[in-house]
Amino acid sequence: MTATEIAAPAPVEQTIRKRPRWGRWLAAAAVLAVLGGVVALLLSSPNLEPGTIGQYLFRDFVVRGVLVTLWLTAVAMVLGLAGGAVLAVMRLSPNPVLRGVSWLFVWVFRGTPLLVQIIFFGFLGALFPTITLGIPFTDVVLFSQPTSAVISGTTAAVLALSLNEMAYAAEVVRGGILGVDPGQDEAARAIGMTPGMAMRRVVLPQAMRTIIPPMGNETITMLKSTALVSVIAGRDLMTAVQTVYQQNYKVIPLLVVAAIWYLALVSLLSVGQFFLERRFGRGHGNPAKSILKGLGGLRR
Amino acid sequence: MTTVSVRGIRKRFGDVEVLRGIDLDVEPGTVCCLLGPSGSGKSTLLRCMNHLETADAGQVRVGGDLMGYREHGDHLLELKPAEVARKRRAVGMVFQRFHLFGHMTALQNVTEGPVKVLRRPRAEAEADARALLERVGLADKAGHYPAQLSGGQQQRVAIARALAMKPQVMLFDEPTSALDPELVGEVLDVMKGLARDGMTMVVVTHEMGFAREVADTVVFLDQGVVVESGPPEQVLGAPRHERTRAFLSKIL
Repeated sequence: MTATEIAAPAPVEQTIRKRPRWGRWLAAAAVLAVLGGVVALLLSSPNLEPGTIGQYLFRDFVVRGVLVTLWLTAVAMVLGLAGGAVLAVMRLSPNPVLRGVSWLFVWVFRGTPLLVQIIFFGFLGALFPTITLGIPFTDVVLFSQPTSAVISGTTAAVLALSLNEMAYAAEVVRGGILGVDPGQDEAARAIGMTPGMAMRRVVLPQAMRTIIPPMGNETITMLKSTALVSVIAGRDLMTAVQTVYQQNYKVIPLLVVAAIWYLALVSLLSVGQFFLERRFGRGHGNPAKSILKGLGGLRR
Repeated sequence: MTTVSVRGIRKRFGDVEVLRGIDLDVEPGTVCCLLGPSGSGKSTLLRCMNHLETADAGQVRVGGDLMGYREHGDHLLELKPAEVARKRRAVGMVFQRFHLFGHMTALQNVTEGPVKVLRRPRAEAEADARALLERVGLADKAGHYPAQLSGGQQQRVAIARALAMKPQVMLFDEPTSALDPELVGEVLDVMKGLARDGMTMVVVTHEMGFAREVADTVVFLDQGVVVESGPPEQVLGAPRHERTRAFLSKIL
């Protein structure tokens, strides 16, 4: 045969039909039955009081608590990420003093429970009754106040949460930096960048891609960890509901109110994470798109 | 003045002395090809030339300027990182595995150095960058990210990125070794064009055809020393040294 062009084979008559997935329908039915059972069980308790939940959900003290929780999360994460980035760069520095300081910081703040740190900062006044700022070896005093006046419950909460977050963020950022090909840093220095500039312009932006998913997790963990500051009266959402249920004993409805808010806020954060991942995924295919594809797959 | 002058360079990695006293001169407008078996120290020598690798002894001068150090009495004083970086601007480098900045487009890769390091106005740097991309045949790929380019295209962008700094000399570290065979030609063509335009180049390569055609000097290295050097007709055509002959017979 001396075919100069390749002919497409004739179309086949039979169409392809997917095998029916009976197992999935069965599994879905079973899951629905169990869920229905759990909801029915919850509603059967006289102490759940759905009416009370609705009544408290948008009360001003609850909403104020939500705002404090959001503010605490934002401040602790911003300070935590900034400090964590500095600690990570210190840890990877050729300077042994910087490396040692960074290691020590992470060791202390990652090695003790967050709850202990929160109580420690909350009761700092028990350790140092007054805070004095002066010039060493002279009698000059610039500032002297009782500790309890300087470090309020909120300040102590911010201190504890952000110092703790710095230690974790440091490890996340360090992992991200180590995940970038060392050739990137070499190429940056080969066009005359200083080590600091190569880090800021070339290495860190590419490390962001691997830093963002775990930092999203950190943010979600932080949002819920703010509930711990209720032990030092941090005025957050958890403190707000606790104060009320300690007076009216409607413990369960008020805990459900808090749970609904936490769940809603975490859902919002997940949406934010999706957009951040897409932004920093530039030049690496598009991870955000593939998540959408995954959702599409679920819908089908 | 000699563009690159290497004197007595030694470098040790652990127990292995990869460079054992290298002297080398590259004259302006000439192409010098470094050949040798793997482990002979050619890449390390190249990396010493822009101080990405710090030599244990010896010195490198580019355009008469000492790399990485300044003279202080009878000894050399280590420079601060910012000063080392400043001297490195005079030397362009192209890597075996391209190392384009993955989060930037081809155009941004080329303008990054001029805008951020040389602090030139962005519009001016962009015009120059587009001209450079045109020169390496990639004018239409300016907006593409490295992941969207073939190996040969990435390497040509990398050459444009190095040229954008207007270096006195270009170093090429096995620029075609990571490429599919059919993409080698396009990169070598760009390099031949540079050589024709009078760019001073030091090229570590296994491409004998390129060395024969383009090089003014071929330097054969083995076990950390220069075994022989000279014009390609002599070193490749009539090698005087047994080790050079043995190497050439294996790769030709």
